[in-house]
Amino acid sequence: MNAIDALFQRLRSQGRKAFIPFIPAGDPDLAASAALIEECARRGASLVEIGFPYSDPIADGSVIQASYTRALDKGLKVDQIFAMIREVKAKEPFKSGDVPLVGMVSYSLVHHRGPEAFIKTAMEAGLAGAIVPDLPVEEAERLSLLAASHDFKLIHLVTPTTPRDRATRIAKQSTGFLYCVSVVGITGERSQIPPELMDQLRWLRTQTALPMCVGFGISKPEHVKTLREGTDGVIVGSALVRRLEKASSLSRAELVKDVGEQVAALVAALHEGI
Amino acid sequence: MTASVAVPDQEGRFGDFGGRYVPETLMHALRQLTDHYEMARNDPEFQKQFEYYLKEYVGRPSPLYFAERLTKEAGGARIYLKREDLNHTGAHKINNCIGQALLTKRMGKPRVIAETGAGQHGVASATACALFGLKCAVYMGEEDVRRQKLNVFKMKAMGAEVIVVTSGSRTLRDAVNEAMRDWMASVQDTHYIIGSVIGPHPFPAMVRDFQAVIGSETRQQCMEKLGRLPDVVVACVGGGSNSAGMFYPFVGDHSVQLVGVEAGGRNPHPGHHAATLSHGKPGVLHGTFSYVLQDDDGQTAPVHSISAGLDYPGVGPEHSYWKDTERVHYTSISDAEALDGFSIASRLEGILPALETSHAIVEGMRLAAKRRKEDVVVICFSGRGDKDCFEVARLQGENIEE
Repeated sequence: MNAIDALFQRLRSQGRKAFIPFIPAGDPDLAASAALIEECARRGASLVEIGFPYSDPIADGSVIQASYTRALDKGLKVDQIFAMIREVKAKEPFKSGDVPLVGMVSYSLVHHRGPEAFIKTAMEAGLAGAIVPDLPVEEAERLSLLAASHDFKLIHLVTPTTPRDRATRIAKQSTGFLYCVSVVGITGERSQIPPELMDQLRWLRTQTALPMCVGFGISKPEHVKTLREGTDGVIVGSALVRRLEKASSLSRAELVKDVGEQVAALVAALHEGI
Repeated sequence: MTASVAVPDQEGRFGDFGGRYVPETLMHALRQLTDHYEMARNDPEFQKQFEYYLKEYVGRPSPLYFAERLTKEAGGARIYLKREDLNHTGAHKINNCIGQALLTKRMGKPRVIAETGAGQHGVASATACALFGLKCAVYMGEEDVRRQKLNVFKMKAMGAEVIVVTSGSRTLRDAVNEAMRDWMASVQDTHYIIGSVIGPHPFPAMVRDFQAVIGSETRQQCMEKLGRLPDVVVACVGGGSNSAGMFYPFVGDHSVQLVGVEAGGRNPHPGHHAATLSHGKPGVLHGTFSYVLQDDDGQTAPVHSISAGLDYPGVGPEHSYWKDTERVHYTSISDAEALDGFSIASRLEGILPALETSHAIVEGMRLAAKRRKEDVVVICFSGRGDKDCFEVARLQGENIEE
């Protein structure tokens, strides 16, 4: 069974929710990324999303783009990211698949390698699936078929602007889990969770048995507490990536501890009272 | 495969190219925009309005001018210039902005955003927004803001807000990224006027259609003046809007040779040019599948051109389609050659061309030189050169800034 399916089966049987941090590769360097991914798992992350830096990431906010720019300016290559993932994957809790790894990657990079080659390399490196945020379902047919034939999960997104009939179609095509975008806009931190979002999540819950995880704009323990109802997990990106901006003034150990403590606080909020 | 004029299909495909590679957040807005545009396109009232503003405000039709001295200099076919430089705001960009601003009004959206490189599309967007009472924000890279102070002033004078982009390469590419980001958060009350035939469907088709007035007029003017179609039509290609508008009405006329001229820059090495169709490979950039200049790892490559308007690592998907179907021949002209073109048109015709246009002039004269005197070469004179005077002076070692 794919590690993502196994994860949500396990969490559901335990009545628990997934905490999913996003770590962009290569910022400040790949050794730090590996240490951060391991620290996230140690602090209670259920699955880790790994960002593949791309030069023109239209689906990402300014915090993530800045991180990608820092990594690319140092000459980061996709093969080096796969090598880092391979190393991380060789250790527990990744080796057994207890904490699955998922790539967040622009379609430009997938197309450049060729969809089939990309999926093969990704699986061989140890990714259980990928989110391709600029590949809507209309354009995803070929990649979906390829992914399905390899049991590689292709996670699609539903947003507040997605009409209901379309959301149903997306939920059908998504595998692993359904990524529910919490705000109109790009990734980045927001102060409040919009009330319409809760309505949409409740409705979506009636439409799909697929695990639903909500992300974009989540930065505070209060957000996590609000959103855990009716979803299977929360995804936190920019709020963690912002910590990397100060990486140059911190030692590796300080940086890892800083991010780790933030993850721990969010994980605690997710499980509090459950 | 023969190039068809019945493109794109419903999913926005020109053959293999085009489509919509955008975040899900934008999909609904793009579908809505496609529907609104389809209705507007088939609405005689909308078309009448569009034509009214093109005539009364922009000053169309633009002349098809016989360039006698350029013809003599080239020593071959007769050279005609399609004078888009005589449009209000000095370039073809205004055609598209009038069309999209009218569509914005029709959709009931009060706000417009746009991206700009050199500032021509920004100025045209600010102009159309002033005309129709729309709020306007223009994204412009920090580098370009510094280089194009006059255009920044013009946009502000017309009431537009200029948002300085400091991410990534701080140029046009990043201005597009930021404008797309703004649109993702503001899509309910904002329309994004993309300035070229790029981006996700329906933009490449819509911008082409609004610019097709260039080619349609040229075709008609040739019939009236010469009683026949031209033999060669030449236009410069950055994102490719003046060329798409010029070529599209001629695509079915197989006797007419169509030539697109890209920015050859300093040399053909990566990072030194912006000749996407000449040196690029199919890939995805800014929401569309088309030729793109990328490095070995799939990251967008740095580009260079003397002309800010051609300095773009992608190109419209219909151009990729025309390249692969061999309907249009694409070539490139270097920075140095373009400077010669600027100088020749200025001295021999008394018309200062934009540096973008200068690329087309050089290629047009070369093609004319190889042809018989009875033949006709039309060059799309896409814009006037006032904006480039500082840059040309600087390159010639003169300082004309205060």
